[in-house]
Formats: sequence, C-alpha cells, structure tokens
Amino acid sequence: MNAALSSIGNVTPQLARFDTPFVFKSGRDIPGFELMYETYGTLNADKSNAVLVCHALNASHHVAGTYDDDPESLGWWDNMVGPGKPLDTNRFFVVGVNNLGGCFGSSGPRHINPATQKPYGADFPVVTVEDWVNAQAQLADYLGIARFAAVMGGSLGAMQALQWAIAYPARLGHALVVASTPKLSAQNIAFNEVARQAIITDPDFHGGHFYEHNVVPARGLRVARMIGHITYLSDDVMAERFGRVLRDGMQFGYGPEFQIESYLRHQGEKFSGYFDANTYLLITKALDYFDPAADYNDDLALAFERARGVKFLVVSFTTDWRFSPARSREIVSALTANRADVSYAEIHAPHGHDEFLLEDPRYFALVSAYYARIAAEVGA
Amino acid sequence: MSILNGHGLRPDYDIISGWVGQGARVLDLGCGDGTLLRHLRTHQGVFGYGIEIDDANVLAALANGNNVIQSDLERGLAAFGDASFDCVILSQTLQAMHHIEAVLLEMVRVGREAIVTFPNFGYAPNREQVAAGRMPVSKILPFAWYNTPNIHLCTMLDFEELCAKLELEILDLVALTEGKPVVDDPNLNGELAIYRVKRR
Repeated sequence: MNAALSSIGNVTPQLARFDTPFVFKSGRDIPGFELMYETYGTLNADKSNAVLVCHALNASHHVAGTYDDDPESLGWWDNMVGPGKPLDTNRFFVVGVNNLGGCFGSSGPRHINPATQKPYGADFPVVTVEDWVNAQAQLADYLGIARFAAVMGGSLGAMQALQWAIAYPARLGHALVVASTPKLSAQNIAFNEVARQAIITDPDFHGGHFYEHNVVPARGLRVARMIGHITYLSDDVMAERFGRVLRDGMQFGYGPEFQIESYLRHQGEKFSGYFDANTYLLITKALDYFDPAADYNDDLALAFERARGVKFLVVSFTTDWRFSPARSREIVSALTANRADVSYAEIHAPHGHDEFLLEDPRYFALVSAYYARIAAEVGA
Repeated sequence: MSILNGHGLRPDYDIISGWVGQGARVLDLGCGDGTLLRHLRTHQGVFGYGIEIDDANVLAALANGNNVIQSDLERGLAAFGDASFDCVILSQTLQAMHHIEAVLLEMVRVGREAIVTFPNFGYAPNREQVAAGRMPVSKILPFAWYNTPNIHLCTMLDFEELCAKLELEILDLVALTEGKPVVDDPNLNGELAIYRVKRR
C-alpha cells in the first residue's frame, strides 16, 4: 500500500511560546520555552475529540502527513494516523508535539541559553518523562484542551501515556500503551550507556559544546544509532533480512562486508545527519530515569492508584526483546490490581520492538476497534 | 478456547447470569468473543475482565466493549491477587485444558466463587455411542476423536469426585439438555453440566 496516497496530505508545524519559567524535575529551570507541534483533523465543539500522540526516541511532532508534497517527508506514524486509519483524523483531533530538549524546533540544546547568549549544548537541563508530560499539559492548556480523549504512544512514547494517567488522570479518558515497559532493565540502561559513551568520547563532542566549533560528533552518533537499531530488531528478522550475506565475498578487511554491517552503517550515517547529539543524550537519560513506581515504594499498583478513571489499552509484540511482553504484563497486572479498565493484546509478530511502527493487521485492527469505542464515548 | 463461541446467548449463560450478582466483579476465563461478559456488564452492572488466547476472539471481545486480556490460561492466573473477584467463570473450556486441577485451584484462589460448565460425558446418548463401540460425536461434542480439542472429558460424577479431592464445596449445580434443566438423574440425562463451587 502506498501510504502517501491515503495520507492526510500536507501539514504545517506550529510553534507555541510559553513565557513562564519551567522547573524541571532536577530542580533546574529555564525562563520560558517553545514547543513545536502539529495538529490533524478538527477539534469538535465540545473539545472532546483530542488525542495526543507522544513520540519515542528519534521522532518528532511530525506524526502524519507530508511537507510540500514531498513523499520523503512522510510523518513517522502516518500509517497509524490519518483519514480512515486506526487513529482516524476524520473523527479525532490529533496533536503531535516535539518534546522539550528535542532537536526539531522545541526548546533544547541548540537553543540560546539566555544566561550565556550561547547555545545550551550540554547545559540544557536533563529532562525526564515527567517534565515532558508537564510541558505537554501546558500545550494542552494553550490549545484549549481540558481533557484528551486519549494519549497514545509506543515505546518511550507509551511511557508518556502512562505518566499522563498518573500525573493528570482527570485530563485523559484513555491511555494507549504500545511496546512499553514500566521501567528500564539494567540491560536496557546498559545499551543506553554504551550509546552515550560513543557520543561523549567522540573528540568532536567538545563536552557538548560542539556547535561553537562548527563540528558534529557524527562518529559517536553513528555508533549510538547502530547500537539502538540492534535492539529494535529481532534476531529472526535480522537473520531473514541480512543473514550472513557478504556483499562481495570475504575481503579480509574491516570494510562493510556483511549486509548487516552496511545496513547498520547506513542507518548510523542517516541518523547522524539530522539528529542532535545532546538531544540523544537527554532522551536516553529520560528513558533510564523513568520509573513511576519509585515514588510509591516500588509498587507499580500503588502508582496506578492515582490513575483511577483512566482506561487502558496495552499492546506488546512477541519478538520484542527490548521491551518484552513480560514488561507489558507487569503494567497490566498493576492495573488489574486497581480494577482499572484495561485490555491487553500480545501480537505474534516477527519484527521485534520496531513492530509498533509497522502496519501489522492484527495490531491495527485492535487499535481501530479501541478507537471506535473511544469515538462512541466522546461522540466523535 | 471456548468450544461453542456463541453468537446470541448460550443456554448455560442464562444460568450463569442468574448466579452472578448485580455489580459483581467477574473474571471470565476463555471469554471467547465476550458475549457473556457484555451481557453481564450491560444487564447486571458487572465489572470484569475476560481472558482469551485466540487473536480473533481478543479482537471480537474488545470490539464488544469488554476488558479483555490476552493470556494463556495454562500459565495460571498469577497476575491476579487472592479473592480479587466475586466470581470466576470457566464456560465450556475445562475439557480442553491440560492442567485441570491447577486451573480449578487458581479459580477458587482469585475468586470467592467459581462457575464451571462442561459437556457431561455421562449423558445417555454419549454412553450409547461408547456402548456401540464409537467415540461420541454430537452437537455439543462436534469433533472427531483425532481432531478434538477436548482432551479431558468427564462425567458429572467424575467432576464431583475431583471437587471432593480438591476440597471444593459445590454450592449449586444444574444440568441442561436442549437448553432445559434436567431434574431426574442429571449425570445420565444432562448434556451440559453447570457447577458453582467455592473453596471449602
């Protein structure tokens, strides 16, 4: 299927400016901030049909549609969000936002630090999922949305949906939590740390102030992306797509000989061309720190007591070893202990963690059916 | 998992609905397309979850407005705490399970009461087919011996013996034939057995 054909079409990002100081979980603050966002569909008269889509590690506010008819600019979840799609923009008013600390227009490391009149670089405050959700709530106020019909995300995006339910239970009807986890494992943190070390030890990183030197720690970013990418794919899919195929026989050297090598190098190369190294560091820290149970005696069920009234759809993928189904079942178990309305599906799918971005018919049918229920509830 | 994924209410659902109180908290194991759960929710204000393993049934149960959790019953109900439900239902699924004792004990652990329904192998037409030298095939047992999911068929007497062994108290029982309750010798004349039990 040609996704571009049934896409919502051309869209325009917008910038929201907030002139009050923002205090981070760390205690640090910035005097004001900006959030880049996009919207799709129409907010209905009683403003009951808004859905917030939260992005994961490397995505942005650009969830769906294209810029200037350029098919290369298709939004990162265009297969999920659009007219007639599972999150149907004919029924819902969908908001995508670039998170604080991001590198796609929202306040982040590339922005000028008013204290120094230079880019923040590594001095941008370390962000947490809580900070992101607090900033998103300010964007909701700005847009006049008192309550979202749903907040949805995959992976790190789903952590934001969970945090919404805990921090602002009265401000959302449903949380759609796809391919997520209630907290990172030591192994997950370990992968993030290797990625961070790759960036920080790149001589072009300059302690995070590489902008002043007109360089980019591209080598570090490339390696960080390669490591990340390995964790997004399943062993089986890697074997099937790349196997042990050599591009040009054994060269007895260190060039990209195996297909998987050239694939990872290509992914790393692409990524280092558009993503900011400081943002990558910030986002991996936000992932590592996320642990809503930590404030509740490490009892996730106790944390979800605050989420009373919010309804949940939790989806996992059988071959996802980064955030395995067992991690989603922890979420479900903590929710049922609170007698929360929750449905859970474990999708048999080959692609690993990346599956949440792919068009799997069972996954999409479930999400469609769930949004049909939400639409009936809010009259969308 | 459920053998007859009923569209419209199955006869055992009427009996079950009568035993489940208004506003009860219910866990429906092998909930199929969620018809029973939806009925209990919309007519009796019941709050509940369905457990289902089959992808198509999970979707159907979800589309029916239910809370449905995709899970393999054979792996137990570890996700649920003791006595967290008023009633745990296992409707025409027991006979297809591997770990019968474990599932029954799990049911009365997480539920104050359990409702179990199964095709009664002691039903006269079944006995007649066995007496004639053949495995029974009927509307309620529609499979041939080589492709049946029903690996643990039992009679009502067998089930009651297991209840005694597992120290389950039988609170109620109804046998249905053609959807109607049987009074005389249910183990001979009842096609479908419906039990309400709890831990003694």
